[in-house]
Amino acid sequence: MYRYDAIDKEILADRVAEFREQCQRRLAGELTEDQFKRLRLMNGLYLQLHAYMLRIAIPYGGLTSGQLRRLAHIARTYDRGYGHFTTRTNLQLHWIKLKDAPDILAELAEVGMHAIQTSGNDIRNITADPLAGINADEADDPRVWVEVLRQWSTFHPEFSFLPRKFKIAVTASPADRAATKIYDIGLRLHRNAAGELGFEMLVGGGLGRTPYLGPTIRQHLPVRHLLSYMQAILRVYNRHGRRDNIWKARIKVLVASLGAEAFAREVEAEWESTDKAAIDLPDTELARIRSAFIAPAFEKLPATSATFDAAKADPAFARFARHNVRPHKVPGYAIVDVSLKKPGETPGDCSSDQMDLIADVAERWSLDEIRVAYEQNLILPHVKLDDVPAVWKALDGAELATPNIGLVSDIIACPGLDYCSLANARAIPIAQAIATRFADPVLAEKVGKLDIKISGCINACGHHHVGAIGILGVDKKGEEFYQVSLGGSGEADASLGQILGPALPAGKVAEAVDQLVDVYLRERQDGERFLDTFRRTGMTPFKEAVYADAH
Amino acid sequence: MPMLIRWTGQNAVAAEDPFTAVADETDVPRGDVIVSLQRFQTEGQRLIAEGRKVGVRIEPSEAVEDIAADLPNIAVVALAFPKFLQGQAYSSARILRERYRYQGEVRAVGDVLREQAGFMARCGVNAFEAADGSTPREWGHVIGRFRHVYQRAADGRAPAFEERAS
Repeated sequence: MYRYDAIDKEILADRVAEFREQCQRRLAGELTEDQFKRLRLMNGLYLQLHAYMLRIAIPYGGLTSGQLRRLAHIARTYDRGYGHFTTRTNLQLHWIKLKDAPDILAELAEVGMHAIQTSGNDIRNITADPLAGINADEADDPRVWVEVLRQWSTFHPEFSFLPRKFKIAVTASPADRAATKIYDIGLRLHRNAAGELGFEMLVGGGLGRTPYLGPTIRQHLPVRHLLSYMQAILRVYNRHGRRDNIWKARIKVLVASLGAEAFAREVEAEWESTDKAAIDLPDTELARIRSAFIAPAFEKLPATSATFDAAKADPAFARFARHNVRPHKVPGYAIVDVSLKKPGETPGDCSSDQMDLIADVAERWSLDEIRVAYEQNLILPHVKLDDVPAVWKALDGAELATPNIGLVSDIIACPGLDYCSLANARAIPIAQAIATRFADPVLAEKVGKLDIKISGCINACGHHHVGAIGILGVDKKGEEFYQVSLGGSGEADASLGQILGPALPAGKVAEAVDQLVDVYLRERQDGERFLDTFRRTGMTPFKEAVYADAH
Repeated sequence: MPMLIRWTGQNAVAAEDPFTAVADETDVPRGDVIVSLQRFQTEGQRLIAEGRKVGVRIEPSEAVEDIAADLPNIAVVALAFPKFLQGQAYSSARILRERYRYQGEVRAVGDVLREQAGFMARCGVNAFEAADGSTPREWGHVIGRFRHVYQRAADGRAPAFEERAS
C-alpha cells in the first residue's frame, strides 16, 4: 500500500486548513449557502434531504486496518454509527453536521485519507480492479497507475472546472473487474506482441440518461506517456465539451457526436504539440510509487490446507467457501469476500462495530489489508487457507459472512430517495424486498450468478444499465415506479440492458424478479448464467412471464 | 482608474489598470484598449500602428490559436470566465504560456472569484479583475495556500516528484 510521505501529508494539511477557513466563513455568515456550495462541493460535502453527506475517497479501494478503524471512529463520533460503501469505492456518511466537517477531514488526514474531488466537475476518485496485485491474470499492478493518476489529478489547475464530473477506472486483467467500459476514461493495461506494457485507452463510456460503452481511441499507449496523453484527452474535453446542457456535458456526448475516430485525431494532434517530457512522470518517481505496492511477505505454504478442507464438513462453511473464497496467486493463500449484503439490510452499509471487527480480522489474518469492491462489498485479500475457518467464524458473528457473492441477493443499490435529493424513487427497500425473497441460501445457490443493480434515478449510481437485471426508479405523477431491464453487463463482456416493458409499481418489483428467475430456471441449459440464457432466448419468454396478467 | 490584482509570482498587489475594455458596439477611445477577438481581427493592426497598447479578449468558445501569430504585438490577453464554472480559459492560459511562450499579461475577467485564484495563477494568469471584492492580501493568501503541487503547469513551480528527486 502506498503510504503518504511528508509532501502528501502537507498537501492534505493545507487542504484541511483551507476548508476549515471556508466553513468558518459560512458559519459566520460571510458566505451564503449558494457561495459556499461550490466550495464544499470540492470537498465531497453535499447537502442532502436530511443533512450534509460527506463522501470520503478510497483510492483504488485500498484500506489498511488503521484506516478502516478511523472510518469506524468517524462514523461513530460524527454520524450515526454506520457508513455506506458506494459503487465508486467511496464511503458516504449521511448525517454530518457542517461544524464537524473540518474536524472529520483532519481526522482523515492523520491516516492519509481525504474527501478531495469526491464531488464537483473535476477528476473524481479513481477506481481499480479490487483484486489488483493478487490475481494471476493481470499484466501489471493497476494500483501503481491509479496512484500516479491520483497525484497528477489532485488539484489539477487546468482540470478542476470541467464541463462535468470525470471518472476514471483502471484494470490490468482481461476479466475487467473495474467496469472500464462504463467510465469517462477506462484504462486497460496489457502487453503488446513485443512484451511492452501499454494502456488500451477507452474514452467516452458512461451510464446516466444516455448510456454508452466506451470506444477504444488508442490500442496501445506506452505506459511512460500516460500523463501527457491524459492531459491531451482532458484538454480536448475541457475546451470542446458541451456546457450548455448538463445532460449533454459528459465526455461521452462529445466522443459520440464527433465520432470516436475524429475525437482520437483531435487528441493525437493535441498530444503531438505537448511537451511530453515536462508532463510525463520521471522513471525515478514511478519506481518510488511502484515500490509502495510490492507484494507483502507471503509465507511459503502448501497449496492445500487440511484445516480448510476439514472445516467444509460444516455445510454452512462449505457454502461460504464456495461463494466467498477465491484463489490467490500465492499458494496456500485465499481471497475472502466480506458480504455487506445480508438480506434485509441496506446494500453497502457497514456499522462502525462491523468496520472495527473487519479491521481486527484484517490485522490478524490478512496482512493488515482490506479492499473495497465496486459491488459494495469488502475483500480480505491475503488470508491463509488455514485461517479461513477462523475468519469465517469471526465474520459470521458480525453478520458479515452471508455466502452470496455474485448471487441474486448480492444486489448493488444506490442510497436512493431514502437519502439522496436527486432520486426519483427509493432503491434500498426494493433491494431488501428482493434479497429477502432469496434469503434461503440453497435457493440463492441454485439460481447461481445473477447481478441485480438498482438506481433510484437516471443518474445511474446503481449501474442499472449493466445489471443482468437492472432496475431504475422513475417518478410517475408522484408515485414510485420501476423500469426493469435485462441483459446488461459491466465486465469483459460488457453490454447495456434492454428494457423489459412498462414500469412496475414498487409492490410488484420483487415478484417480477421472482418470475424472471423462474423463466431462467426453466429455460437455462447446462452451465448458463442468467445473462447467457437471456442472450440466447431473447426478451420474449421473460416479458411474457412478467406481463402475463396484462394480456 | 479601475484597479486590478497583479500576481508577481511572489505576491499579489493592487495595480491601476491603464486599459479600457471596449465593447464591440462602441467607438474605440484613446489610450490602451482591450477589444474583442472579432474586432482585433478587423481593426487590430490599425490600433497597434497608432502606437497604443492593445489587448484582446478571448471568450470561452474562442481559440487562442487564432491570435498565435499576433502575440508579440498583443499586450494583454483577457480570458473571459462568464461564469466561474466555465473553465475553458484554464486551457487557453496554459497554451498561451507553455506552447506559445507568451510573455505578456494574461488577465482573468468575468466571474473571477478568490477560490479560483490558485488554479488560475498555476495556469499562467498574472492579472485578475476580482469580481468578489477580495483584497490583494486575501488573493495572495489563496494562491500561496498549498506548499506543494503535484503536477507541472505554467507557473514554473516544481512538482512533488521533482522535490522528491532533489
